Amino acid sequence: MLFTIFAVLTVAGAVAAMSFRNLVHSVLALMVSFCGLAAVYLLLGAQFVGLAQVLVYVGAVAILIVFAILFTREPSGKIQSIVSPSWAASGVVVLAVFGVLAWAVLHSSATQSGAVAPVDTSMQAIGKALMVQFAIPLEIVGLLLTVALIGAVTIAVHEKREVR
Amino acid sequence: MTPLNGCLLLSSLLFAVGLAGALIRRNAILVLIGIELMLNAANLNFIAFWRYGPNPAALTGVMFVVFSIGVAAAEAAVGLALIIALYRHTKITNIDQINSMRG
Repeated sequence: MLFTIFAVLTVAGAVAAMSFRNLVHSVLALMVSFCGLAAVYLLLGAQFVGLAQVLVYVGAVAILIVFAILFTREPSGKIQSIVSPSWAASGVVVLAVFGVLAWAVLHSSATQSGAVAPVDTSMQAIGKALMVQFAIPLEIVGLLLTVALIGAVTIAVHEKREVR
Repeated sequence: MTPLNGCLLLSSLLFAVGLAGALIRRNAILVLIGIELMLNAANLNFIAFWRYGPNPAALTGVMFVVFSIGVAAAEAAVGLALIIALYRHTKITNIDQINSMRG
């Protein structure tokens, strides 16, 4: 029951985010969708991932998108359509993708097991796994984040000498 | 319908909505938001298969999602930086009008 509520919240937020004309409203709806998804993670027993979802997506990525929207204001006045001219073909592609995915989910024998084994998902177990078993991937992700953020600053910084 | 089926259906619905946004909308930032939604749908799949899979004690699904969230954050930062750089050059964010690299 709770799962249904949060699933509906997530999908409704996503649909609203994709359909608002005002981009700031879109990001607010996206935050609702991410919060619903974090609640689904909590229901599934992944506390750490749910909290990381709230921290990273709602806290950081959504704020970053708001900043980007405020930096890239279109000149207002001319009202133009928000959908691209090829929306009909895109809609057919989207429906086909969803149809294939849903058919595969509902007809697969791998998704029929409903047994849930008890599992230790405490912060202690996750921290131990991160520091022992997954130490090298953790370091690589740290390196990737450093490189990506330096690259992002390099791309977005205003180059004064080339502007004439 | 088993709980795993519910999770996977929610995930495919989320993926379809994100794909629709990425394909149909014209604004570059909305396209990026659609891609974020698709990444989140994939993360939900990882968590669902980890929870209802045969060996949840290994924590592999949780670890994969943690790393995936980190990579997605880096991707969002680089993508928004590219959009801002593009806007500074052309003053448009409509990706249908950005065709100067077309051969």
